[in-house]
Amino acid sequence: MIVPYGHVIVLAGMIFAVGLVCMVARRNLIMLLVGVEIMMNGAAIAFVGAALRWQLLTGQVFVLFLIGVAAAEVSVGLVLIVAAYGKTGSLDPDAYNILKW
Amino acid sequence: MTLYGAGFYLLGSIILGTAVLAVTRRNTVHAVICLIVSFLGTAVLFYLLGAPFLAALEVIIYAGAIMVLFLFVIMTLKMETSSEQGTSMGRWGPAVLLGALFLILIVFMVIRDPADRVPLETALAEPTTFGRFVFQNYWLAVEIISLLLLVALVAAIHLGKGKGEQMKEDEP
Repeated sequence: MIVPYGHVIVLAGMIFAVGLVCMVARRNLIMLLVGVEIMMNGAAIAFVGAALRWQLLTGQVFVLFLIGVAAAEVSVGLVLIVAAYGKTGSLDPDAYNILKW
Repeated sequence: MTLYGAGFYLLGSIILGTAVLAVTRRNTVHAVICLIVSFLGTAVLFYLLGAPFLAALEVIIYAGAIMVLFLFVIMTLKMETSSEQGTSMGRWGPAVLLGALFLILIVFMVIRDPADRVPLETALAEPTTFGRFVFQNYWLAVEIISLLLLVALVAAIHLGKGKGEQMKEDEP
């Protein structure tokens, strides 16, 4: 016996909320990606807790794919950030205003 | 409270505390280092919740590969430390409000549902069992995720290479 299932869900929700705050508040593209990573981490904790709650392996399989998707997302996202930095010389999303006139 | 329960709350506070530290650091390198501690805590939590294979993957892929990628990119780019100007309340207020609203919804949902009060039983998914289960029931998803990783690899090479050539042309 570990803890009630609801506590795992609340912990996952708290971690997800921290990632959400990071995405909304920080004005730095790299910190935006960090926020996405924190949110995916929270989702993974919820899935593993649910897999233990119902004694099913499907939740763990989903976390496996979540980790794969996170790896792909981070590699493409970081390369896009480097490309955008090469074009504008800034990491601030507010500086990307080439289309504005 | 059992030993496992105490371990869960300790790990949860470590994960949450380091995540909050990572979000509030001004220096991006410090943020990523805090995040590595958070991911290592998550790996131990996975082990506690009966997923040793996922714990190993979390250490190798999340805390190892992804965070090293972040560090490489941060050290490649020249960071302007004063980019985050503006009133701190104006930026953090709405964000914290949004997060608190979300959290209240989650807690309300958990309190309302009596099924969430079921105590978890300790269990262990052996990596062998897990691997058999994945490749017997979800082999198509494994192929799809490998294709996704291939596409991401091609996209990363294409985007990264294009920038390098552009810089070479600009030099003379």
